[in-house]
Amino acid sequence: MSTIELTGVTRWYGNVVAVNDVTMTIGPGVTGLLGPNGAGKSTLLHMISGFLPPSRGTLTVDGAQAWHNPDIYARLGLIPERDSVYAALTGTEFVRSTAKLHKLPDVGAATARAIEMVEMADAADRRISTYSKGMRQRIKVAAAMVHDPAILLLDEPFNGMDPRQRLQMMDLLDKLGAEGRTILFSSHILEEVERLSGTIQVIVAGRLAASGDFRAIRRLMTSRPHVFAVRSSDDRLLGASLLSRPAVTGVELTGKGLQVRASDYGAFCREIAVLARKHDIRLLELLPSDESLESVFAYLLAS
Amino acid sequence: MSGIFNGTVASITLRATLGRRRALLFGLPAAILILVTLALKASHPSTADWPSLILGDFGFTVVIPLTALVVGGSVLGAEIDDGSIIHLLATPVRRSSVIMTKFAVATGLTMVFAAGSELVAGLIATGSATKLVMALFAGALVGSLIYNALFIMLSAATTRAIAVGLLYVLVWEGLLGNFVSGVRILSIGHYALGVANAIAHDSSLHAGLSLTTAVVMGAIVTVAALLMAMQRLASFSLRGDAV
Repeated sequence: MSTIELTGVTRWYGNVVAVNDVTMTIGPGVTGLLGPNGAGKSTLLHMISGFLPPSRGTLTVDGAQAWHNPDIYARLGLIPERDSVYAALTGTEFVRSTAKLHKLPDVGAATARAIEMVEMADAADRRISTYSKGMRQRIKVAAAMVHDPAILLLDEPFNGMDPRQRLQMMDLLDKLGAEGRTILFSSHILEEVERLSGTIQVIVAGRLAASGDFRAIRRLMTSRPHVFAVRSSDDRLLGASLLSRPAVTGVELTGKGLQVRASDYGAFCREIAVLARKHDIRLLELLPSDESLESVFAYLLAS
Repeated sequence: MSGIFNGTVASITLRATLGRRRALLFGLPAAILILVTLALKASHPSTADWPSLILGDFGFTVVIPLTALVVGGSVLGAEIDDGSIIHLLATPVRRSSVIMTKFAVATGLTMVFAAGSELVAGLIATGSATKLVMALFAGALVGSLIYNALFIMLSAATTRAIAVGLLYVLVWEGLLGNFVSGVRILSIGHYALGVANAIAHDSSLHAGLSLTTAVVMGAIVTVAALLMAMQRLASFSLRGDAV
């Protein structure tokens, strides 16, 4: 049972604050670190993995300080975002070298186990330079897991993977989390985090915007006010009808149709269909106009 | 020794270094030295002083430093640039051991390519293993060692190690070293020439330092550069995504 603890952790580069006063505890299981690009996720992972000192605050891995402490790598595995491996080595050589660097008692058995775990036995004797992105990612996982660490950190592990490779990686992380390991991965894609983790930490602009059970945060995300652009065969009649519905908080006639503000995404989508049918109005266009991840994160931050 | 030198790090470093395209450059200065020597041997077979000029001047101011620069930059700088160094550093291996092992690999490669070519060119030029040839070979071995300490330190300290190294070799040693005698006290090329000249005195080598000065300064520069490289790698950090 390994735990990562951050208390008031801040990191700045000159005048730019990358991570701002983050306090969180990450325990066993799979935790997703969710946030838009540039939010500070990688900075957090680099600090947790001992590759960056916090400018302020304390950060411990199983009670030990991470920075300037190579001993933490005996119980921690890291898979960085950059697709950088020793391409001249074969998969087996790469994993075996890592096992030797960890001074494992049975290098051969540990190497075989790690390669088997990521289902790379068939390609393990090929040079890494011949691997696909997904295969390179899996061999990196094998190397990071060869010493059987209790903690695994992955920075954007699904970047560049095709859907099949994503599913394989997700299954693997699921399995590792179920074994009681502490798995922390970063992603800017909501669906990846939704599929994988029960617990998420949402980072926006360097700050911890939300933390806890994924379902509760997902509800918060879907029940926020939404703005839709609507075009129909009778915008005035539709607008007047929509105003009578409790899920609608405002309607504005624009040059291109209607701009509708709704308090409940699901209720609005159901009600507009019913109203259109009732008044014999043809819906020509219905577009959510603020569905970018950034706007979702901004709402979470504001709430 | 096992705590300082790590065989696994050495093996990975050697494979990764020789696996890069940049490895093709390792032998380029050596090939030029040997080709120029062959051409001079064919055109000036009986002139006595050209071997010390080509092997001393060209060998010690161009071949050894440029080979060491490319090799030293490859064993550490290239891995830092492409991020593969993380796989070494995210293990309990001491970073001082990583530096010393990479220094040993880089020095060995430079000795093979640069000092080896000095020896081959010397044998071609003089026709036998004369005292001058062996002195230049010994000086080249010493130069390979000290230059690599400096270039590995630069690789750990800056992302522009090759540019800074080139400035040192071309401007400090190549230009200022020829006009300002005081510069020689901080010139690795002159440390190496000082050793060679002490073994086989030859005025054509233009050695500007005594053996004692060359050895003491060479040792100080090597130790200081390696300590600095260890300290820099111990504080190696990854920059994240600034908002």
